[in-house]
Amino acid sequence: MSEAISDTAFVEFERVQKSYDGENLVVKDLNLSMPKGEFLTMLGPSGSGKTTCLMMLAGFETATHGAIRLDGVSINNIPPHKRGIGMVFQNYALFPHMTVAENLSFPLEVRKIGKSTREEKVMRALGMVQMQDFAGRRPAQLSGGQQQRIALARALVFEPELVLMDEPLGALDKQLRETLQFEITNLAHELGITVVYVTHDQTEALTMSDRVAVFDDGRIQQLAPPDELYEAPHNSFVAQFIGENNTLEGVVQEIKGNSCIVRLDSGDVIDAIPVNVSKVGERTKVSIRPERVEVDKSRLSPDAHTLKAEVLEFIYMGDIFRTRLRVAGTDNFVIKSRNAPDQVRLTPGSQIDIGWLAEDCRALDA
Amino acid sequence: MAEQVLAADGTPLKASLNRALRRQKMRALVLIAPLLLFIMLTFIIPIGQMLFRSVENSIVADTIPRTVVALDNWDASGDAEPDEIVFQALFYDLFVASEAKLHTRLGSRLNYESSGISSLFRKSGRGLDDIADVYKDAFVDQNDVWADGAFWFEMMNTADGAPSADGVFAQQRDLLGNLTSSSVRKNIGFLPNQEIARALPLTTQTYTEWALYVANFDDDVVADEKPWESVYAALFDDLHAPGAAERLANYTGTGADELNSALAIVDTIPDQPYHAAFADLDDGWLSPDVWRTIQAYAPRFTSGYFLNAIDLQNTDDGVEWRPENEQIYLTLFVRTMIMSMTITISCILLGYPVAWMLANLPARKANMLMILVLLPFWTSLLVRTSAWKVLLQNQGVINDLLVWAGFVADDNRLALINNATGTVIAMTHILLPFMILPLYSVMQTIPISYLRAAKSLGATNWTAFWRVYFPQSVPGIGAGSILVFILSIGYYITPEIVGGTKGVFISNRIAYHISSSLNWGLAAALGAILLAIVLALYWAYDRIVGIDNVKLGG
Repeated sequence: MSEAISDTAFVEFERVQKSYDGENLVVKDLNLSMPKGEFLTMLGPSGSGKTTCLMMLAGFETATHGAIRLDGVSINNIPPHKRGIGMVFQNYALFPHMTVAENLSFPLEVRKIGKSTREEKVMRALGMVQMQDFAGRRPAQLSGGQQQRIALARALVFEPELVLMDEPLGALDKQLRETLQFEITNLAHELGITVVYVTHDQTEALTMSDRVAVFDDGRIQQLAPPDELYEAPHNSFVAQFIGENNTLEGVVQEIKGNSCIVRLDSGDVIDAIPVNVSKVGERTKVSIRPERVEVDKSRLSPDAHTLKAEVLEFIYMGDIFRTRLRVAGTDNFVIKSRNAPDQVRLTPGSQIDIGWLAEDCRALDA
Repeated sequence: MAEQVLAADGTPLKASLNRALRRQKMRALVLIAPLLLFIMLTFIIPIGQMLFRSVENSIVADTIPRTVVALDNWDASGDAEPDEIVFQALFYDLFVASEAKLHTRLGSRLNYESSGISSLFRKSGRGLDDIADVYKDAFVDQNDVWADGAFWFEMMNTADGAPSADGVFAQQRDLLGNLTSSSVRKNIGFLPNQEIARALPLTTQTYTEWALYVANFDDDVVADEKPWESVYAALFDDLHAPGAAERLANYTGTGADELNSALAIVDTIPDQPYHAAFADLDDGWLSPDVWRTIQAYAPRFTSGYFLNAIDLQNTDDGVEWRPENEQIYLTLFVRTMIMSMTITISCILLGYPVAWMLANLPARKANMLMILVLLPFWTSLLVRTSAWKVLLQNQGVINDLLVWAGFVADDNRLALINNATGTVIAMTHILLPFMILPLYSVMQTIPISYLRAAKSLGATNWTAFWRVYFPQSVPGIGAGSILVFILSIGYYITPEIVGGTKGVFISNRIAYHISSSLNWGLAAALGAILLAIVLALYWAYDRIVGIDNVKLGG
């Protein structure tokens, strides 16, 4: 997490709603507050309302209800060009009839900045993305990654405090995406800008962000730093959406302070920590990360519950092994283990016992 | 040199590739062949022929070939009419031309250059027989045999084994062929003999010409027909010419006795010079202006039509402006250009916002609007133009409304029709879809995110439009403008109906020359100039904007 985060809210959504047709709410009661300098990602499946939120912040959509504040000032009625927010678009939206330098110069020209200052700023911005040599090219003469860099430089050249990015890396291949993810985060932290980043790629969200807001059904399901989001999902949607996840369904049998016992539908009993369950008898989905499943009984506490499992498939993936098991009536229970010298390679067809630490297993809403 | 690459079967790869591509090309060619053929036959060739007419001018040299040759030596700058020899040549030329009823055609042609010539030719054609009848009567009075076609034939024809005057025959055949623009290759059963050709050169020529004519065009047997009066005139000219007695003394063939008797009475026949005879028919023939015109348009190719098309004319002192009251075409060209530009600009101004709306509305509403845009295409052009006539006229709907609303006084109604205003209004309406459609298809490809990006970068709505959206829509404006401009520059029906005299285009003048004045050469020259202007504009557009930037869609 960045140290630049301050306590005062820089961007604030308060009870924001948005409807296009007057019948359905695309965004339902959005509340979000982010401090200056934060890199926040809005993550969610398509249609979850994340892009709409971004467009409302940029000013291209108006909120049906609620207030959006920037640095304490309500911006509901400020037109987009007066908001001073930098934006990177999904398809880059570089002006095809202008050269790279002219593209970058455009926001400075409309701000009536002098020619020499303009040139200096353009070159500095191009320097930030290592594209000084391409100033005279047209966007069509650049590769996707280069265009993306230019789009980024253009959004930064007029030194906005807030930059919005709408799935900026969506059209690039994996390797380039990873390089650019790294560059964008570095740049954002270096410049101390606040970034709102929209993506549907969870890896991107986890690697880049200070905090991630997981969107679904027009609401933020969870707003948390990446590690917390992954390790401590608040509900089963977040658990499913972020990373790989094993889900077992059952009923809460016993709650003891910070731990509980769940009776699965197959009749097996497991340990978990109650997150979204409050009373005995409630249905629950239990979530366990594949890499937290233990196959070596000696590493578990003696009184821990274990489950019988049958190995269905063993996949060698280089750095890890991925093993699919049949557990408690489900066929796609997956465990991941590191490719270490002492690691056992499970053979399909064999019967094993599996278990986990109670704190790795979260009983969530059904 | 790099080693030759071979295909799998050992043949050079290039040859292999070419063979593979040739089949594709052949198939493509076969697919377009019917259209290509159709276009060639119905469009390219006729247009090429039509444009050729703008410089082609064979009619003078074809109709009065001997006159043209004789006139070569005449000094056009003087005040005198040409020599007798020119009038003599004109007599024989016009005689056969009037028999073929083609002399009036030449008259009309020369009338374009100098008015009055048409009636000169028409009148003279009727009087030629009278000139020659004097000689015919004299010869027939002296000996009945001169009225006998068979005698003439026997005298002129080549007997078996005797040498024939093939040169004379071929020459007359070519002259007649040129005059009538048809092939006179039929076997006519007559060949002039060489002896008579030496003794009576002009008579032989004229008789041969007559023989070719009656056999080819009247389907007559030469031996059964009586020759034209001009043959008697030629006989007189031959016998009257200096040295006639010596030539005749050497002649021993058929009719030698009759000819000698005729020679004896030649001096008793009153000799009327041809120029006096023509002056009797019409004293216009004595005017050097007529002869200057004939001489000026004698060459087979002329720049006259083109000069005429830009209000110039050929005079003795070189190329000059036509008299001011005859200048019309330059004004028309300039007017056509200016009005086409006005129409194009009006179309841009009216069409751009509509295209914008079409491109940015949801699909359902856009389709609805599109139907409205296309609606004019489904109505007959004539109906639409006539509707404008109803709307725009002095007592029409628009004027009535303006008077009713009090904008215009009743006695001061706006002149909206039969002038340039009417043409611009009606044509803007008619050509508007041609502007909207290319604009729309280009605008459709400009994503909304460009505008958003511009605004997020701090541009106001106007700046975003002007600096970002508009430049990207320029290819559409270019395509629409070229389309509208080129269509309107050659438009005919609408200006004809609503244009009056002040609002007609050059195309209306071209149509007039094609269908009313029948001056196709001038029409072709005007059309060629129009075509050149369009091509020049196209070229200029390509240089300035680049033709690759024109997009009709996608």
